Amino acid sequence: MSEIHSDAELDITDQVCPMTFVTAKVKLEELDEGQVLAIRMNDGEPVQNVPRSVKDDGHKILKLQDNGDETYTLYVEKVGE
Amino acid sequence: MSINYAELKKGGWMRQKQKNKFALRIHVVGGHFTSEQMRTVSEVAEKYGKGYVHFTSRQSLEIPWMDAADIDAIKADLAAGGVSPSVCGPRVRTTTACQGSATCPSACIDTYALAQEIDKRYFAQELPGKFKFGITGCRNNCLKTEENDLGIKGAERVEWIPENCIACGVCVKACRDNAITLKDGTITVDQEKCTYCGRCAKACPTAAYEEHPGYLLTFGGTFGNHFHFGESIVPFVEDHDQLIRICDATIDFFSEHGEPGDRLNVSIERYGREKFNEIIKEAYAK
Repeated sequence: MSEIHSDAELDITDQVCPMTFVTAKVKLEELDEGQVLAIRMNDGEPVQNVPRSVKDDGHKILKLQDNGDETYTLYVEKVGE
Repeated sequence: MSINYAELKKGGWMRQKQKNKFALRIHVVGGHFTSEQMRTVSEVAEKYGKGYVHFTSRQSLEIPWMDAADIDAIKADLAAGGVSPSVCGPRVRTTTACQGSATCPSACIDTYALAQEIDKRYFAQELPGKFKFGITGCRNNCLKTEENDLGIKGAERVEWIPENCIACGVCVKACRDNAITLKDGTITVDQEKCTYCGRCAKACPTAAYEEHPGYLLTFGGTFGNHFHFGESIVPFVEDHDQLIRICDATIDFFSEHGEPGDRLNVSIERYGREKFNEIIKEAYAK
């Protein structure tokens, strides 16, 4: 399932809550509407909460991919300016 | 002047250790207090007290240093600003609540509306002992419902809507109880593991879960001289009338079988836990 196109990548596996989401939010702000960001995050608390926070911010979630190494990649399409 | 302490306590006037001084407990519902009410309390605290209030452990306010001689004037000033005294002693007390679905993204229910309803229905009702309702919006349990004689926790039953699902897998990880599996584009929710928290539905980016809000209840909680963790007796309560029926049955039980000074759990112990559970199960099923 790694065929999803992304325009930018972000690794937040070195961050803890709330900086996981904050970092993702800042990165999404840099993108243009319709561009896709691939966010790599750790299993556990980040993958439980970051997708929902990104959704609540109004962006479009495309896929959460299990990387098989206790990390996940969330593909998000930017919505809004 | 002779003072009827029992009567004053009933009206929310708590005797201080200083002679003829009282802390007046204010009626607050679900932790919700308007700015006008706040101003009124502030003015009374300045005019009749020492310019400060105490926030109680259960979302109420107390204005200390009220003088027995000023009681009528204080009541009138409060009433003019939309504030009324609370109660103490053996009756239904303050109904506490978290912020609920009006503003909180995690909540499954409108806790404040329910707190108002419960308060309207039961507040100050005379009982053998004190009785506390506590309402929280979700499994995060900010309001710690198990401390209450009757704890009400917002919850929701979810149903997967295949046509809305993009099989992204977010819900699988959002679930803290590993109740969800995604295989070949199909979601399965293990009902044995599901705790009705609703996190899957709230995390879902495509509204692929139908949400049916309801309640999880606990009975007999108390955290005073004796600790008892409120116990679950019936499963998920989905219907509002069913909830009220169970509340009525609990209050009626306590009214009928409680002895002076009891908390609900003490009455349950004396009466027999199994028999009490039957009463609640009957109200659930009716």
